Amino acid sequence: MNDTRSPLQTVFIYLGALLILVWSGGPFIWQFSTSFQLDKALTSGSPSLIPDPFTLEHYYNAFVEKELHRYVWNSLVVSLATTFLCLFVGSLAAFALSRLNVRGRFGILMVILSVSMFPQIALVGPLYLVATNLGLLDTYTALIITYLALGLPLVTWVLFGYFETLPREIDEAARMDGVSVPGLLWHIILPMSLPSLVTTGLLAFITAWNEFLFALAFTSNIDRQTIPVGIANFTNQYYVPWGDIAAASAVVTVPLIVLVLFFQRHIIEGLTQGGIKE
Amino acid sequence: MSAAATVPGIGRPRLGKALPSALWALLLLTPAFVSLASVSFYPIVNGLYLSLTNTSLITQENEFSGFANYVQLWGDAQFWNAWWHTMWFTAASTILETVIGLGMALILCEAFKGRGLVRAAMLVPWAMPTVVTSKMFGWLFDGQNGIINYILLHAGLIDQNINWYGSPDTAMTTIIIADVWKTTPFMALLLLTGLQTVPNSLIEAARMDGAKGWITFWYIRLPLLMPTLLIAGLFRALDAFRVFDLVYVLTGGGPADSTETLSTLSYKVLFSTLQFGYGSAVSTAMFVTEGIIALVFCLYLIRQIRRAQ
Repeated sequence: MNDTRSPLQTVFIYLGALLILVWSGGPFIWQFSTSFQLDKALTSGSPSLIPDPFTLEHYYNAFVEKELHRYVWNSLVVSLATTFLCLFVGSLAAFALSRLNVRGRFGILMVILSVSMFPQIALVGPLYLVATNLGLLDTYTALIITYLALGLPLVTWVLFGYFETLPREIDEAARMDGVSVPGLLWHIILPMSLPSLVTTGLLAFITAWNEFLFALAFTSNIDRQTIPVGIANFTNQYYVPWGDIAAASAVVTVPLIVLVLFFQRHIIEGLTQGGIKE
Repeated sequence: MSAAATVPGIGRPRLGKALPSALWALLLLTPAFVSLASVSFYPIVNGLYLSLTNTSLITQENEFSGFANYVQLWGDAQFWNAWWHTMWFTAASTILETVIGLGMALILCEAFKGRGLVRAAMLVPWAMPTVVTSKMFGWLFDGQNGIINYILLHAGLIDQNINWYGSPDTAMTTIIIADVWKTTPFMALLLLTGLQTVPNSLIEAARMDGAKGWITFWYIRLPLLMPTLLIAGLFRALDAFRVFDLVYVLTGGGPADSTETLSTLSYKVLFSTLQFGYGSAVSTAMFVTEGIIALVFCLYLIRQIRRAQ
């Protein structure tokens, strides 16, 4: 379909593509470059994209002074636990909705979807009171339970969408062979859904890894605070340590970006299939 | 709900006969129900109750006070200030993100070298934690050494450094820019999948008839894309309405309350003054407003779909 394009249109398209590329990647590349530059260079008034001189000082500050690794550990524990719980609970629900005789299944799906649109600030107060009463403040448990519910709607929707694409003849065949309902899920549907499980898992992981509001409200010390809270509190007394912040940003974002780029095709497919279905 | 009835797949044979299968379904759905009921529904109901009390963690009071909180809310200039800011932020960011996103999607719809790379790069803003985005924009738009000021100054677009998020005149704009940066590419990817469902034969046929690009866009692609556009817009608006991380980290609602939104205001009332009763009234009012936005969008969407039929 390129043959109908005039040279002017081609130039226009490449220019637009370049613009999108700079838009998406530019700010983070600058942030990444910032993390390797001395404070002196950053405030000199003549910024340069290539760090000169190159320094790892900010990474040293981030890990040694601000103990970034402790936030990373907390985030890892919370996010991984959330991911597995989300996949477990979400696949049970999606399987029941897709494969079993559930009355009003689309009503249920709509309710699940609308739950994900609740303003989280309306949840945080009452949940804080519950967490206080149960002694769950400053615990991983409080965060994991909350994030499970935050991630569940998306996970259920995307998995449901994927399960719906699996042919129903499989169910029939399995039933003929006398496979039980959990057997069908565990031995047949889940193994067939591995690509979808990986991407939904990634989505749940990102949700938990990036969450800020509940982590801010429920945790008050470095033993349990997650990365977003840690980075939000990255301040020095007399000036804003932009270099240290940039280093920490790079540390927590680069792995995420690598994962996302690796699974990009599945993510876009999974999300559009689950999010916007006409 | 009414959209659900039109989705194909209902009435297809399902596994198992009535009882065991239904029982299994109940069993498998229970964990999800328990999770959503306790973390989403219970707090909403409890918040509604709290908003009718004078609960405060400082005075340790929690007595029923009727609509006192709402009466106070109605006359609270800070609340209305935050309400307007939130509405402005929601409208501006949703419209900008939809329009720019559509533009990006139209470009990505064409075949060109390196399209995979561009598409991959577009996921970067989406995947980045919002707190990191916030700090990143804090550095990009820094009033003294920010690269944006440097570029604008050297391009001759401004005469002196702008104190972007440090001045009440520009702070909200800066936050909107940050949000548009973070969310537009993802919006574009959603719209792209919508655009790709528009049959190419339709566009080819129109071109054969001599229709220019602009005409095919306006009369073929856009109408067919409308449902996707509206649904994506709805989700975006509801999400933008809850904005918290960006504002809280970048400006904390300041300077001079010029970026205070409903979420940041509720958070402060809840966790700084510990007035859980009044704070719940603020967040309940927010919930109601969000419900109204969703309702208006849905009604419009239904009307659009009806008209298309």
